[in-house]
Amino acid sequence: MKPRALEFVVVHLVLLVASAAVLYPVLWVLRLALSPSGRLAASGPLPIPDELSLSSFERFVFAEDFHGRPLFFMQLGNSLLVSGAATLVGVMCALSAAYGFSRFAFPLREVGLRSMLISQMFPAVVTAVPLLVLLDVLGLFGTTAGLVLIYATSSVPFSIWMLKGYFDVLPRDLDESARLDGASHWMVFRRILLPLVRPGIGITALFSFMNAYNEFVMASIFLDDVTLYTLPVTLQQSVGGHDPDWGMFAAGSLLLSIPVVAIFFFVQKQMVQGLTAGAVKG
Amino acid sequence: MTLSLRFERVGKRYGETVVLSDISFRTEPGELVVLVGPSGCGKSTLMRLVAGLETLTEGALYAGDQRIDDLPPHERGVGMVFQSYALYPHLTVRENLGFPLEVKKVPLAERAKEVERVAELLSLGPLLDRLPRQLSGGQRQRVAIGRCLVRKPEIYCFDEPLSNLDAALRTQIRVELKSLQRRLGKTTLYVTHDQVEAMTMADRIVVLHKGVVQQVGRPEELYDRPANTFVARFIGTPSMSLVRGKVEGGVFESGTMRLPLDVPDGEVVLGMRPEDVLVREGGPITGVVRTVEPVGEVGYLHVEVSGLRIDVEGLAPGSASETPRAPLLTASVPGREAFGYAEGSELRLELRAERLHVFDASTGARIERSRV
Repeated sequence: MKPRALEFVVVHLVLLVASAAVLYPVLWVLRLALSPSGRLAASGPLPIPDELSLSSFERFVFAEDFHGRPLFFMQLGNSLLVSGAATLVGVMCALSAAYGFSRFAFPLREVGLRSMLISQMFPAVVTAVPLLVLLDVLGLFGTTAGLVLIYATSSVPFSIWMLKGYFDVLPRDLDESARLDGASHWMVFRRILLPLVRPGIGITALFSFMNAYNEFVMASIFLDDVTLYTLPVTLQQSVGGHDPDWGMFAAGSLLLSIPVVAIFFFVQKQMVQGLTAGAVKG
Repeated sequence: MTLSLRFERVGKRYGETVVLSDISFRTEPGELVVLVGPSGCGKSTLMRLVAGLETLTEGALYAGDQRIDDLPPHERGVGMVFQSYALYPHLTVRENLGFPLEVKKVPLAERAKEVERVAELLSLGPLLDRLPRQLSGGQRQRVAIGRCLVRKPEIYCFDEPLSNLDAALRTQIRVELKSLQRRLGKTTLYVTHDQVEAMTMADRIVVLHKGVVQQVGRPEELYDRPANTFVARFIGTPSMSLVRGKVEGGVFESGTMRLPLDVPDGEVVLGMRPEDVLVREGGPITGVVRTVEPVGEVGYLHVEVSGLRIDVEGLAPGSASETPRAPLLTASVPGREAFGYAEGSELRLELRAERLHVFDASTGARIERSRV
């Protein structure tokens, strides 16, 4: 009995310390968000606020523009809309492409796959200027649709690689059997393979969504109307001026994290399965 | 009405690699033809050509009078049961069985009726609402066969259907499959690397090696009159003993073995099946028992005959490099007798002269003996 108890204590102690180390910065953000001053002035190593106040949250959530419109809710809506739409468009394109790359032999297949990988090596900002010109020509500069287009296309290469992995592990016998039965490629794709890569679609969509949801640089370059801003842009602006409001920044970043944390919480089981699915064949 | 299947000088190449060359034979309508050969011999590829999963690079394929090699797979009237079964994991047994009809947009009521019919035939009724992962290996296989039956093909293809089953089940399903094939009466191609499976199931066997047909014939023809040393070695367990030697003046000689043989002078390979090598008091061949294998109703003795030259050419890849084989002959003795032989003991052997096989030493082809 005794060694068991000792083991229990040691294990939990180690886990507690490790958790504290990981959570320490987050707790500091929480402290900043809950202290009334919102100043960075340090007051001891412990992330405990001197007094509790929700004023930083209020300032962030109830910010209004000149016309009295509630910016936070509009911007949260923008963030969700842009990320959601970009994910939908990106994953749909990537799905059919991944199926093609996985199942068919065609000229330049390898080149295509490689170049998509290479495209991921450069930071997105590199493409900012040409994209700016392109969107301007298309008349999409400064619009939500423009941003969706950018996010969707930039997520496609990664999504194709992810999804191709999921298609690759599905036995070809399935396609061939369906083809013998007279199924078209579209039917093989929709009725047989698509349901089987569902976990992969979930994971890919999650990554794609998070990318778009957290993205700041492109959004700050391409959006100039405050009512179209996504939350990361607003967040940056709260500390971007001469009088940075760190309390509001902290409160905002906590609020921004909630949806992603919530999604992770609900899909973590599938997530772990998804990440290891490609590792073991069969 | 069922169709025959005709292969006319069929060839398949991938770039420079020749997988099949000059395959010509025809099946009778309703016949069960087994394609057999070691792995890599092209048997599965040949079946995939019939199904339309691969395109042939030479020759033509006919079902009845119709040329089928230029038809898309689903228009050939060929159904295939895959080695992996290829059941759709997310669909129930019912949906799996109904899939070919779903593709053809057959009305739901009719679909249900047909699925019921096939489920009845294969006793799948209680399993209809299960998913493939909830089935045993044998059940999965029945579903795979059922899905093939639903399509009512004219020609059936089975690609190593028993290889994923355990030994006991294999024997049972082998019998079931054969009787099912008899009931359906449809031309069936059956691929296996297991010669026992081939012998027990086939109406006729096609032996393939390195993409070339070695022999086409009924199981007993292959057993009794193998066309070359490859077939001789491949068909029958334990394998036929093949001994190289010289014939001079009607006498075959290899090491200490000497026996009269009615073929023209020259280098030949002499083949003898274990049941034709008999232990006989005062027999002409002297040997030493090296290994005893009591199998049950019969036992095998591996007997060393000094100086014997064993033919090793044309073995399956890998084993050919096996340097000089021990000069062993395999003899058979009635079951319980096998226990009476001690390893290392000396005995005399006699061969059944009328049952010996003679092959050309350079080509491996069978030499017909004038008289026995």
